[in-house]
Amino acid sequence: MAHMTASPVLEPGQDRTMILNMGPQHPSTHGVLRVLLEIDGETVVRIMPDIGYLHTGIEKTCEAKFYQQVVPLTDRIDYLCPLTNNLCYVLAVEKLLGLEIPPKAQWLRVLLNELTRINSHLVWLGTHAMDIGAMTVFLYCFREREEVLRMFEMVSGQRMMTSYFRVGGIALEPPLGFFDRVRDFAGYFPEKVDEYENLLTGNPIWTMRTKGVARMTAQDAIALGTSGPTLRGSGVDFDFRRDMPYSSYDKFQFKVPISQEGDVFARYMCRVQELRESIGIVRQALDGMPEGPIKANAPHVVLPDREKMKTQMESLIYHFKIITEGFAVPAGEVYQAVESPRGEMGYYIVSDGTAKPYRVHMRAACLANLQTLPTMCEGRLIADVVAAIGSIDIVLGEIDR
Amino acid sequence: MSFVAPITDLSQLKNHPAVARLLAWNPAAVQGTKFDRDEMTIHVERGSIREACALLKDDPACPFNFLSDVTCVDWYPSEPRFEVVYHVLSIAKKERVRLKVRLHSSSPAVDSVTAVWPGANYFEREVFDLFGIRFTGHPYLRRILMPEDWEGHPLRKDYPVEGYR
Repeated sequence: MAHMTASPVLEPGQDRTMILNMGPQHPSTHGVLRVLLEIDGETVVRIMPDIGYLHTGIEKTCEAKFYQQVVPLTDRIDYLCPLTNNLCYVLAVEKLLGLEIPPKAQWLRVLLNELTRINSHLVWLGTHAMDIGAMTVFLYCFREREEVLRMFEMVSGQRMMTSYFRVGGIALEPPLGFFDRVRDFAGYFPEKVDEYENLLTGNPIWTMRTKGVARMTAQDAIALGTSGPTLRGSGVDFDFRRDMPYSSYDKFQFKVPISQEGDVFARYMCRVQELRESIGIVRQALDGMPEGPIKANAPHVVLPDREKMKTQMESLIYHFKIITEGFAVPAGEVYQAVESPRGEMGYYIVSDGTAKPYRVHMRAACLANLQTLPTMCEGRLIADVVAAIGSIDIVLGEIDR
Repeated sequence: MSFVAPITDLSQLKNHPAVARLLAWNPAAVQGTKFDRDEMTIHVERGSIREACALLKDDPACPFNFLSDVTCVDWYPSEPRFEVVYHVLSIAKKERVRLKVRLHSSSPAVDSVTAVWPGANYFEREVFDLFGIRFTGHPYLRRILMPEDWEGHPLRKDYPVEGYR
């Protein structure tokens, strides 16, 4: 890999090349990514991503919060898939605590996570297509995304920063009519995916801009630590939901789409097929939704129901203790990985036995995926850089944390 | 809630593929092992981390070919103060192992594993930026998240949550 040996510092004054600064306000850098390009005419000689513009020190903030107070912070890391962040964090804390989660809560988590994946992929598809010049797809994608966000609002009261999962279960029962609304959405969504595909998959301009562009071999993809559709687009068959299942994913039937080519089109095809698989999982979750409680039986960790809190002394005491003192978590450390829409999202939590985490580290899938840009883009045209950035689906909130 | 006590006895854990591989190579490199909550941790001697990683990566029986994450934990004020933590995954065998290197605050430096996994590049830069750990042999060890002229390393425990004012 050439970029590892050459000094990535770009120095002007070389004969033929010039330095071009792209971002951090460039619309196709998806937020605040800055890319330094050394170009020879239209050809990229070297490329160096510069990140950190959105660094907010969330990991440091977590160390000063109770375990339950960290949940809303996790939403703000990868703001396109807040529920996946919530899930990964609560799974890690539950593993530290050794909590058993009731089946209904697990299935609801799966259902909402797949809706989150659809939401995130729709934003990716819309913006990626718009970067390459297909404006219409963006409007179509955001039409369906709006419905997903309304469903999130229905269950959690928030469109984006949901904070809906709790350590030990789920905050509230979904309201009446929620499941019907999801079923309705699951009914018509596959047609909408056909609609997007009609606009793009066979479109000669789209294929010219994406096929054979920004290639990456499977070997490079593994060496650079990529995950998710970026890895599967290079032909590596690995998905945490299937291979290291969590939250009852082993009870669902789904295919893991892979493509061999390793170009922008391959990653596009992986994600579009994931949209179809996700809606299949949503349908299975609706059909097989178990009955029962949505919170674990652990009164010192899980907040009591409002009704019980107002009528029972013991619940009131637990409520007061959890809110004012938090709950102590046994000392130890865990690493929990889930398959986020972008790849391996991992939470590494170290507990020292108190009510505040000693250390919370988020493994950001995008941070690793971003390292592939030099491999993908060097020797190619500037316009391909835009396609490559879109195809790895970066979220700067997650990269910078 | 029931807890299984962590297993730290090396003789019980020596059949784990990663432990066996490292012990066969150099028993002195393994400073300790722990199996807790279904997760395997191996403390590796500071000078051997790069060879240990290369060895695990090329293990024919269970290749730990994917570096998930590199991070650090600051145990201030106790010594050794820093623990650099590597999470390594075997895509083929679906096994995960955690490697740890302990560092004293007098010389917080360790070999870089970028030669083994180029993907360690950004992770090590992040640890350097936020903890001040030096990775010898890293191709471009500069701050990555904080501004170039920032003073201090924010994730250290002696760095105030609200920063210096």
